[in-house]
Amino acid sequence: MNDSFLMAILVSALFYGTPLLFAALGEVLTERSGVLNLGVEGMMLMGAVVGSVVSARLGGPSWFVLGVAILAAMLVGALTALLHAFATITLRVEQTVSGLALTILAGAAGLSSYLANVWQLRDPVPHQFTRIDVLGLAGLPVVGPLLFHQTFLTYLSWVLVAVGSWYLFRTRAGLNLRAVGESPSTADAMGLNVVRTRYVHTLAGGALAGIGGICFSLSIVPTWQDGMTAGRGWIALALVIFGFWRPVWVMLGAYLFGALASLSLTLQAQGIDIAPEILDSIPYVMTIVVLVAVSAGWSSRRLSAPDALGTAFEREAR
Amino acid sequence: MIRLEPRLLRPKWLSVAVPVGSIVVALVLGAILITVSGNSALDTYGRILDVAFGSVQSWSDTIVAATPLLLTGLAAAAAFKMGLFNIGGQGQFVMGAIAASGVGLALPDVTGFVSIPLMIAAGMLAGGLWAAIPGFFKTRFGTNEVITTLMLNYVAANVAGYLIFGSMSFWRLTTGSGQVFPQGRPLSDEAVWPAFGGGGLEIPLGFILGCMAAACLWALYRYTRFGFEIGVVSDSPEAARYAGINVPRTGLAVMTLSGALAGLGGASDIGDIRHVLDPKGLGQTGYGYTGIVVAALARWNPLAVIPLSILLGALANAGRALQGATFPAGLVGTLQGLLLFCAVSGEFLTRYRVRVGHKRPLSAAELEAQAA
Repeated sequence: MNDSFLMAILVSALFYGTPLLFAALGEVLTERSGVLNLGVEGMMLMGAVVGSVVSARLGGPSWFVLGVAILAAMLVGALTALLHAFATITLRVEQTVSGLALTILAGAAGLSSYLANVWQLRDPVPHQFTRIDVLGLAGLPVVGPLLFHQTFLTYLSWVLVAVGSWYLFRTRAGLNLRAVGESPSTADAMGLNVVRTRYVHTLAGGALAGIGGICFSLSIVPTWQDGMTAGRGWIALALVIFGFWRPVWVMLGAYLFGALASLSLTLQAQGIDIAPEILDSIPYVMTIVVLVAVSAGWSSRRLSAPDALGTAFEREAR
Repeated sequence: MIRLEPRLLRPKWLSVAVPVGSIVVALVLGAILITVSGNSALDTYGRILDVAFGSVQSWSDTIVAATPLLLTGLAAAAAFKMGLFNIGGQGQFVMGAIAASGVGLALPDVTGFVSIPLMIAAGMLAGGLWAAIPGFFKTRFGTNEVITTLMLNYVAANVAGYLIFGSMSFWRLTTGSGQVFPQGRPLSDEAVWPAFGGGGLEIPLGFILGCMAAACLWALYRYTRFGFEIGVVSDSPEAARYAGINVPRTGLAVMTLSGALAGLGGASDIGDIRHVLDPKGLGQTGYGYTGIVVAALARWNPLAVIPLSILLGALANAGRALQGATFPAGLVGTLQGLLLFCAVSGEFLTRYRVRVGHKRPLSAAELEAQAA
């Protein structure tokens, strides 16, 4: 293994890890409030298709079009999540089933594909996120390509990891959020608005999944394909568990899974032939191992899921 | 002011009115979407009905399309009924398809009277074992089965992909066009499952097995001690434990049963429909997930799964036949998603009574005053 090989892996880890990071960060916020949203894949695809149509149809300078694309993808992601929020928080639908419904409704064979057909997205999008050479430092060895030659989306994700960590663990609102996720009835007794907290963070999760979607449609695969996220939404769900609901750990996990996603191609270029199916299975198997380890009590209890995750809050039932 | 009151009794008529009502609401929402995107909703629905039920041939196609959904729907109904969220029907289906095609390929010259029952058994065994993995973790350690079953779907898809694309396995065709495009080896004619019927109507063996399984599952849950125990566990695991029911064993048994039904679906996919292990096709169709839609619409009742699998099979059949300029891809998934959302949201009305107007429950005195 030589240096350039390692660099290639690291660079692609960042590239393929970025959409996972956005989607998983969003899901961390959602799950911290006690709502499990299995609809990540659907929300990502809705963000992706709307990002594509903005890039294809809106006139103006690239920075403006891409800015609007990000906002539109966030809005649509949040609107998609609103369905889940209304069904699970207001109507107390089983969260698992509702999330699944969201993925079927919006997913590869659903609304995202329908909209792409109606909007006739066929050509490569004219405006894409390209790598920015920050301060002309991209030429530096090692750190240059990694830190100073990324797309705007990657830099945005780093900001969000920092803000997310600070919000969750250093602010009053973050403490309240965690209280709602651990014990909604206690939070309610403390005077917190459980319903509002859950709505806000489910929508925020959808907005971030929407950005994760445009990482695909405006950066990784700039020509629309139905189901272009190729199951990454489910990987993002795994990542939340793998990163123990903590933004920084989720970031490390995203880059690990991102590296695995591209490893078979990189290895083939080196003449090492491993079936991609084996490498592709690793994130899923690792997630199962982590889940079993945590639930079996082989690791600290503090690393486990929010206590109320997946359960409806029924105020009148107290 | 809107208030919710939990219902103490659930009226019988609601358990019919709500599913029917939710199907209607979903179709109306779909119609709005179709109209907004510039097509005629009535025309689209008319064509779906015509393609799905318009002739004997279309009935046959619809029942073929319903067969995998019937079995994955039963799998979901079996597990969800007990409060076990087996999202892994898709993976169990794939493992069943792998095992059944393996047996079918291994016995090319044996008569179907021997090879077909063995394929069925292999498919059910593989699906059951694949579901027993998360079932074991769930019952032994309390590991959340939603995520583990989901993850195993992708592992199963990769196993199937590896057998056809990643290796020169027993399942892979190595002669003819198989040397150019990786693909599975087709079954011999002996191992292809028979279809029954007459007058042009063909009902695949898998559908008949599915109907029998639905009846057995219904009887099992309704009339046996095991079914009673499942009911107690789903209502209150605490009470079940106190009553001496072995809760982990019951849970593991239900997961395995659920997986075996999905695995039977996979076997039927090989024997009845595809006759070859096709990882890409299995992934695209997502029968395991649609099965959950079927089961949710059926409110986890095994007998109701039969008509609802035909309904969603009709939709899938029409989607395949009509796909084109005025029937965009994606419409079928959108309608399925709407159906599921409406079905589970409608459930709300059976659990709560929505009251508008009063800020608080009436006191006893006020109720008396009202009665007088």
